[in-house]
Amino acid sequence: MGEWSDQWSSEGKPNIWGAVPTVIEMQSEGGASGAVHGALQAGALTTTFTSAQGLLLMIPNMYKIAGELTPTVFHVAARSLAAHALSIFGDHQDVMSVRATGWAMLASNSVQEVMDTALIAQAATLESRIPFIHFFDGFRTSHEVARLEQLTVDDMKAMLPQDLIRAHRARSLSPDRPVIRGTAQNPDVYFQARETVNPFYTATPEIVQKAMDRFAAIVGRQYKLFEYEGAPDAERVVVLMGSGAEAAHEAVNALVAAGEKVGVLKVRLYRPFSAEHFLSALPATVKSLAILDRTKEPGGPGEPLYLDVITALSEAQSAGRLPFAAMPKVIGGRYGLSSKEFTPAMVKAVLDEAGKASPKNHFMVGIEDDVTHNSLTYDNSFSTEHPKTVRCLFYGLGADGTVGANKNSVKIIGEETDNFAQGYFVYDSKKSGSITVSHLRFGPKPIQSTYLISRANFVACHQFSFMERIDMLKWADPGATFLLNSPVGPDQIWDLLPVTAQKEIIEKQLKFYIIDAYEVAKQTGMGSRINTVMQTCFFAISGVLPREEAIEQIKKAIVKTYGRRGESVVQKNFAAVDATLANLHQVQVPAAVTATVDLRPPVPAQAPGFVKDVLGPIIFGEGDSLPISAFPVDGTFPSGTAQWEKRNIALEIPVWDESFCIQCGKCVLVCPHATIRAKMFEPKYLEGKPETFKAVPARWKDYKDQMYSLQVAPEDCTGCHLCVEACPVKDKTQPKRRAINMENQAPLREPEAANWDFFLNLPEFDRNKLNQTQVKDLQILQPLFEFSGACSGCGETPYVKLLTQMFGDRALIANATGCSSIYGGNLPTTPYTFNSAGRGPAWSNSLFEDNAEFGLGLRLAVDQQEIYAKELLGRFAVKIGENLAKEILEADQKIEAGIFAQRERVEALKARVNELLGKGANGSGNALRDLLGVVYSLVKKSVWIVGGDCWAYDIGYGGLDHVLASGKNVNVLVLDTEVYSNTGGQCSKATPRGAVAKFAAGGKPAAKKDLAMMAVAYGNCYVARVAMGSSDMQTVKAFLEAEKWDGPAIIIAYSHCIAHGYDMRYGLEQQKLAVQTGHWPMFRFNPALAAEGKNPFVLDCKAPSLPLDKYIYNETRYTMLVHSRPDDARRLLAEAQADVMNRWRIYEQMAAMPGAAAETKSSEGGN
Amino acid sequence: MSIDLTTGYLGLKLRTPLAASSSPYCKDISNILRLEDAGASAIVLHSLFEEQIQVESGELDRFLTESAESHGEALSYFPEMVSYNLGPDPYLNHLRKAKESVDVPVIGSLNGVSTGGWIRYAQMMEQAGADAIELNIYYMPTDLEMTAQKVEEMYFDLVSHVKASVRIPVSVKLGPFFTAFAHLATRLDAAGADGLVLFNRFYQPDFDLEALEVVPNLVLSDSQELRLRLHWTALLYNRIRPDLAITGGVHTAEDVVKGVMAGARCTMLTSALLRHGIAYLEKIEEDLADWMEEHEYESIKQMRGSMSSQSVAEPAAFERANYMKVLSSYTLKTTAR
Repeated sequence: MGEWSDQWSSEGKPNIWGAVPTVIEMQSEGGASGAVHGALQAGALTTTFTSAQGLLLMIPNMYKIAGELTPTVFHVAARSLAAHALSIFGDHQDVMSVRATGWAMLASNSVQEVMDTALIAQAATLESRIPFIHFFDGFRTSHEVARLEQLTVDDMKAMLPQDLIRAHRARSLSPDRPVIRGTAQNPDVYFQARETVNPFYTATPEIVQKAMDRFAAIVGRQYKLFEYEGAPDAERVVVLMGSGAEAAHEAVNALVAAGEKVGVLKVRLYRPFSAEHFLSALPATVKSLAILDRTKEPGGPGEPLYLDVITALSEAQSAGRLPFAAMPKVIGGRYGLSSKEFTPAMVKAVLDEAGKASPKNHFMVGIEDDVTHNSLTYDNSFSTEHPKTVRCLFYGLGADGTVGANKNSVKIIGEETDNFAQGYFVYDSKKSGSITVSHLRFGPKPIQSTYLISRANFVACHQFSFMERIDMLKWADPGATFLLNSPVGPDQIWDLLPVTAQKEIIEKQLKFYIIDAYEVAKQTGMGSRINTVMQTCFFAISGVLPREEAIEQIKKAIVKTYGRRGESVVQKNFAAVDATLANLHQVQVPAAVTATVDLRPPVPAQAPGFVKDVLGPIIFGEGDSLPISAFPVDGTFPSGTAQWEKRNIALEIPVWDESFCIQCGKCVLVCPHATIRAKMFEPKYLEGKPETFKAVPARWKDYKDQMYSLQVAPEDCTGCHLCVEACPVKDKTQPKRRAINMENQAPLREPEAANWDFFLNLPEFDRNKLNQTQVKDLQILQPLFEFSGACSGCGETPYVKLLTQMFGDRALIANATGCSSIYGGNLPTTPYTFNSAGRGPAWSNSLFEDNAEFGLGLRLAVDQQEIYAKELLGRFAVKIGENLAKEILEADQKIEAGIFAQRERVEALKARVNELLGKGANGSGNALRDLLGVVYSLVKKSVWIVGGDCWAYDIGYGGLDHVLASGKNVNVLVLDTEVYSNTGGQCSKATPRGAVAKFAAGGKPAAKKDLAMMAVAYGNCYVARVAMGSSDMQTVKAFLEAEKWDGPAIIIAYSHCIAHGYDMRYGLEQQKLAVQTGHWPMFRFNPALAAEGKNPFVLDCKAPSLPLDKYIYNETRYTMLVHSRPDDARRLLAEAQADVMNRWRIYEQMAAMPGAAAETKSSEGGN
Repeated sequence: MSIDLTTGYLGLKLRTPLAASSSPYCKDISNILRLEDAGASAIVLHSLFEEQIQVESGELDRFLTESAESHGEALSYFPEMVSYNLGPDPYLNHLRKAKESVDVPVIGSLNGVSTGGWIRYAQMMEQAGADAIELNIYYMPTDLEMTAQKVEEMYFDLVSHVKASVRIPVSVKLGPFFTAFAHLATRLDAAGADGLVLFNRFYQPDFDLEALEVVPNLVLSDSQELRLRLHWTALLYNRIRPDLAITGGVHTAEDVVKGVMAGARCTMLTSALLRHGIAYLEKIEEDLADWMEEHEYESIKQMRGSMSSQSVAEPAAFERANYMKVLSSYTLKTTAR
């Protein structure tokens, strides 16, 4: 919503009064609410948009805004809150958390209602002076594409009286009529003053209803504060708000048609809660009410809506105003948390429960509660889908354009036919090889089905590889159509299908079509974008539109979608449409199942029990079926589980050419997914090796007797090519070949998987024998971060992996919310893992805004435990042994060898303490047991605070600054992609001048913030700016020095990103150019040098040797400005070039300054 | 003595034979103004590359959509712009601006990849006000099955299609690598070409021996390169209808004189200006006038074609015997030493 507003603003699109609204991006929602508060106080009509944690950050200002009776509307896509885990999906936890702030709350249940209610809320807030939260369900409503009737400017003007707007302005702060607002009050008057607003709240429900009535008069759609649907003589009524009310409405319609006395009450105005309107909306015949809340308040007597209903009924009964023959029975339950499905079958179960003599209360519906046994069972076969509604499912890859094409199909059908249309899209949480499932409905009747399709007339599989891992045909109705993107022709495809698919096709008598969409796309210049081809197939065989008309409409949509990107793009899409039908074939389905292979199990048989029983079903898309008991109670999950999720997403994988490899380790270092590994080992371990396993003598001066092997994990590689680009050697007879080259994955999969297993079982080389300042040696260190869900070619993960290679066995990682927390900790599996000793990173994500503080807390606890352990050790030194105690207390753990030695001492200490405890401990038992509890704190811990630029530069900057100033020994790793990557490319203060980002559509006008120099200003903070692609050696040095420095350290790491808009295989090359052009000057500021009297500021790169455009114009984020606003681009380039040169001059001077020692010397000499 | 430097090229009246050839210089309006001030009699704009347009569109489309619609929290990574200045529009706007800015003829240069593209863009250039169009044809026949005849047919078809689509004059800028260049020129004449521009200079890949990579390379021309142009101009002059222009190797007034004497109606410069600056054009013009005065030539017209194969005493000097003779004389010289 905010992004659209910004775009319209930057396009100069006027609002209904002819002015272009100002849109400003703030550093956080806390900041946004403050700015909104200020703008409102100064008399502007102001709004903001938010969700989830963002809304929580607004709470303090929301109290202020309401307390000052300031009209505004915040539009909220209601979403889950981070508790035991983060979830970006929809429920009402966020909005229910602000119900005490004094804001009115209006719910929309559908896409049309969102538009309508937004206007009604705006009208009502102006009249009532009460600020409004207008909310609707995150994803289910916010991301649904549906046909709707757009309000006109005249509708809006008619709803918003100018006199109310003028009144708002008249109340604003102005030195021309000065007032004071925001006073501090004492016990004598605060209470009374707080109660002054009551009449405004009392009046609000009627004001809202009046606005709804006025809206109906203007637009024709009538809304009510509480809207009842169902039998006029209903006995059982379900009460709820949000999108679920539409599914409930659909269920109630079906049940009423079947003769049941049921109904649904849709709550629209939730706050102020009008008991009077609520009661009057219900039929007098009601005997029982089922109240559904899409939120959870642990420990409460019930969820909010339930409590409000109970109160309303109870008060009415006490007052003798109950409009029913008897007090209805009321039950409450929870549903739909984190976008959990909510279907008519569940509504029926709820209504059935309400009719029981002893119904369950505080129940759950939609999940299986096998712990407290308080969930409702429901009959999945109960369907209320309209028979004339066409229901289609499409399985695609994010990268193949399936969703985009389906959105176009919804538009075509919604706009060009009389049908209603609905599109909803399910995305997975992987950033590479992500699967999308599109749910499309079309039909002559309005579509209220706010749930996923489970009985499809049409199923399309856009990627053949899905057939072996997804049973998508279970959703197909008998007689449905199945369209498959097949790599082979109609005569060969049958034998390639798994048993389950063959069975379903035969038993359900599916009409089976195939097309080799990749071939058609290739022939027509579309590359790997098969969306247009598959869309054409869909229209050709689904019969939603006559073929000719469909093709004409597809072409129109192509012009609309791609026209502005150039005629050639349009033409190749047209060519793809035209070439499709000739390649579309119906398959003659054999009568019998002939396949011998079936769907692949989600995880291998040897996976641990938890992985098989819990993570396996999640991987397989069956997570919904897991009961409560399957899950840890506190959000704690085992690490090292990504290794079991074999995704097989790479079409090509790297293959090592051992004949001329120089064993430099650059490919290992850069691999974003830790799928290329190197090991050194004694030749004897090669015994029993698989036939194709490769090993050659190690090229290490000191280890010539060892063998070396470079192995690829074929099923985990994402095929990004970075390793090939990083390889510095070329075949002398065929320079196109490197020592590592991409080859087709399919034929290599089985043999290389066997090689990988063999490789993993080879012993790890002794790390103490390696020189950790050398990249060549680092490749041998085991990564404790592997196979993450990061984008193919990710620029961040190589740094994270390096961190775990160097310090992972003793690291605690605090991770800010963002890409790194998603690829680091999004279920089903976790990439952080452990070594053979069972040690590895302990990782946690607290929030987005608090990561530095969270990490500092980890450090403080670790330090405190160490202090306690040392104290106990000192106390028991005599009993334990003076020597051992002294060695432990005085251990030098600056380098890894010291840490390893300390670990051995601590093991000895443990043994000694256990021995003492075994002997009875003479009254010191408790203290000694305490010592055992904290004994490992005596081994140095490495605390890392990891996050993206948007955390470090923007939302978390205040905290980061404070932590750096604390002087505590924490290491901060900023993965700087120069943009909000995880949420889709919004501008941050790390975004460089001239780069286009959301909220900077005209190119960022200001220079990138120099966070590094801000940290340098503290003097006692180690600071490094690194770019692995330019100098891996400098990166390694920075990590070692940061860890060694006993104080705060920050490393700012250049991380190339898909949000930069170029082929990520060239990420390293771009990093090099960023340094060569001076955009990313690498340096290290080491306070340890200052302590030695040297200049702590060391420049690690040469002066800019290339103009900036040689770097930036390889990236779409810059070139799109050249294409859209060439004059601005020219100006910003010139300014950015000046930034580069100015900054370089300062850096150069700093690097040239003599250290304190030299200055002292020279001043002494002068005297 | 008053010297008449005027010449006619493609039906356009030029103040002198000194025109600015198609080069990156012409991307900037201020350079175009300076070229006119320095005396350029016509400006051939840099080329509109259809392939470049396609690549830019394709890349933009790819990177705007490649990662879009993949994740619930990031449905796209870039804001959607109202419009992109892609396709031929920036070039055509530049052409319009150039026409508004200078009085000398402005010739559009076009490098296409599809017949449709050549025609469409040529028409657009005509509408934008170009005084003429130079077709900058470059096709590298790397296909083992592609015959010389087919390649040449493509050229002829292209020229005749473009000629049929526009009213303004059309010249063809060519490379020299044809088996029977004279015949090719005749066929281009038949296809309707109004001028031939001899010869194009293309990137010649070089090797980076350290990186073992092929790197595109183009060094500035020098007067040595003029000879090939003189040779063919002299051979074709007055034997075909299209006007002849020389580009590549024109660095001095003497080079211009040679070009005109070979039969060129226009001599075009780029490298000399890149090397010495735009003002160098004034010097060449002065030198040209001085030379003509010194040698008592009254007009360009008078000297045009005077050293062509049809006018010289020994036309055979332009033929194979000449080559033999040079070789033998060179051998004699070295032997004598």
